[in-house]
Amino acid sequence: MTADKQPLLDVRGLGIFFRTEAGEVQATRDVSFQLRPGERLGIVGESGCGKTVTGLSILGLLPRAQSRVEGQVLFEGRDLLTLSPRQLRAVRGRRISMIFQEPMSALDPVFTIGQQIGETLRAHRGIGKKEARERAVEALAQVGIPLPSRRVDEYPHQLSGGMRQRAMIAIALVCEPQILIADEPTTALDVTIQAQIIDLLFDLSARTGTALLFITHDLGVIAETCTRMLTMYAGEVVEDSPVDAALERPRHPYTSGLLRSIPRLSKRKTVLPSIAGRVPSPADMPTGCRFRARCVHGLAECEARQDLLDVSLDRRARCMRQAELTLPGAIA
Amino acid sequence: MLTKDRLRLVGRRLVQIAPVILLATFVVFGLQQLVPGDIAATLAGESATDARIAEIRKLYGLDRPFLVQYGSWLWGALHGDLGKSLLSGEVVLDSILRRFPTSLLIVGCALTLSLSIGIPLGILAAVRPGSRIDATVTSVASLGVALPNFWLAMLLVATFALNWNFFPATGAKPLSAGIGPALLHAALPAIALAAGGIAEVARQLRSSLVEVLSSQYVRTLHAKGLSPAAILWKHGLKNVSVNLLTVIGLIFNRLLGATVVIEAVFAIPGIGSMVVHAAIHKDFPVIQGVVLALVLIVISLNLLIDVLYTVLDPRVSQK
Ligand SMILES: Nc1ncnc2c1ncn2[C@@H]1O[C@H](COP(=O)(O)OP(=O)(O)O)[C@@H](O)[C@H]1O
Ligand code: SF4
Ligand SMILES: [Mg+2]
Repeated sequence: MTADKQPLLDVRGLGIFFRTEAGEVQATRDVSFQLRPGERLGIVGESGCGKTVTGLSILGLLPRAQSRVEGQVLFEGRDLLTLSPRQLRAVRGRRISMIFQEPMSALDPVFTIGQQIGETLRAHRGIGKKEARERAVEALAQVGIPLPSRRVDEYPHQLSGGMRQRAMIAIALVCEPQILIADEPTTALDVTIQAQIIDLLFDLSARTGTALLFITHDLGVIAETCTRMLTMYAGEVVEDSPVDAALERPRHPYTSGLLRSIPRLSKRKTVLPSIAGRVPSPADMPTGCRFRARCVHGLAECEARQDLLDVSLDRRARCMRQAELTLPGAIA
Repeated sequence: MLTKDRLRLVGRRLVQIAPVILLATFVVFGLQQLVPGDIAATLAGESATDARIAEIRKLYGLDRPFLVQYGSWLWGALHGDLGKSLLSGEVVLDSILRRFPTSLLIVGCALTLSLSIGIPLGILAAVRPGSRIDATVTSVASLGVALPNFWLAMLLVATFALNWNFFPATGAKPLSAGIGPALLHAALPAIALAAGGIAEVARQLRSSLVEVLSSQYVRTLHAKGLSPAAILWKHGLKNVSVNLLTVIGLIFNRLLGATVVIEAVFAIPGIGSMVVHAAIHKDFPVIQGVVLALVLIVISLNLLIDVLYTVLDPRVSQK
């Protein structure tokens, strides 16, 4: 629907490598996607598929000494991967923000919430301490924290898990960034709180026009929140599609498997994940289709390397059988 | 600073440590029961008659039951009366007060050196873990921890005092004799004591700072666009200050113990040499007085550290 707009973020051929004791391993290969202004893009995949490292690499947050990144991350006409540390700091927290899975360990335990919001503001805008504090109170109110003028002086351990994640969101959004990268922001929370945080992110994104890069292993969340989705498997993008189209008829067997393992209230608790097997580790990646060992549709030809094929104008899938297979989606 | 919460904490700690202190006094006093030989006989001298020994035993109250002796000693101690030296007859509390500043000056200098050298070294190593600086600091620190104090002390005396005459080889000067001479005398013993402290501070600070700098909240700080300098000096140091406080407490306790050896090497009239001398001559009131004083000092310092924890770490005051 937004295919006409210029992309805000254009990730091209992202390859992430880690130096380990066993030599260099490749965590992601040729990851490409675009995020348009105000869009909500979900990245889904099982644990270890490379979602987190993809998110971190956009802001240059991977451990420098142990990693190497190839490709391009184009944002506002510049490649973020080539920026100097100083230029990159001007982007972080101001143009692109990021929130993480565990709000307790992601907040500094010995500074108040207000100080942690205020210092973000002060790092990017020349304002005084007093004004920063006032803005921090407003920011807390915006993310739905009750009694913000009291909470602002509290420490992270004094807040509940859900309130902490709201505070994290307040920190991330206080400079009104164009993009918010949310890496499993609800995974560590109770189910009821999860829904509240997802609603909040959705509302804020819709209201402020902040584009959302929503990383999660839970396709159900993406189905509720996002406009586009990117399925990652074993470090590769295997499907890139509008959410509705993918829910109706996924083009990659892995997406289909994920869709069928979304827990639904109508079904009994005994529903098992419908994909047998495990994600291969970066150290021994199969040549050819990386999903082959777990795919029930595999053929001998799948041993060959699979490219992202165009399904339609705004859809791609990394499966040579994408056109011929009619895979079950979420509605089936 | 002294909020109601903190006063309550001090009160609670005092209630907790009162039995410990009482037990400590009991052990300190009980020492004399464990030492072989008759104290009265020792006091009376080699050629004393049995009658003279009995007289002395009565004079010092040594003929009373142990618990009665303990009770009267404890009662005296509570009132600041630790008795008199069996050898010199000097009031024990007076000698402690006279000699303590000398020891404290050495310990204070050693602690200052440990922190002012150990902290920068630890930070240098931690900001580039795995670098050559880190490797150097780490191996020098292991060496510093392993070196025995007295060995280093003798090496220092041989080189800087006897060979080059930079520092006096022995003795001490009180602060009242001027800061310069006092520090000059304290320098070598303090350096000998500080080697281990520097190494310990550098090591502990390095490991806790490395942990903090690789933590998730530091990643958040980077994601917010803060500079590495702001992250290190503001967030890094405040987060490791709690560990640093623990290390300071440990080092202080250890330094206090190590003065016993160091004061012997440098012939310094502090409480370390006082307790050694008293132990050799079975001068029990002095031994008991000094040990009690040391126990109280260590306990008070730990109490102070407990209060400082609540200042530095907001999570502590909640418990
Ligand atoms: N610092 C690192 N060193 C080595 N390998 C890493 C490092 N961080 C992540 N990886 C590897 O990169 C792959 C992708 O990890 P990640 O992005 O965390 O997956 P996800 O977020 O999808 O669960 C995994 O195989 C993981 O082991
Ligand atoms: S390429 Fe073959 S093995 Fe791979 S997902 Fe498609 S059908 Fe399955
Ligand atoms: Mg992850």
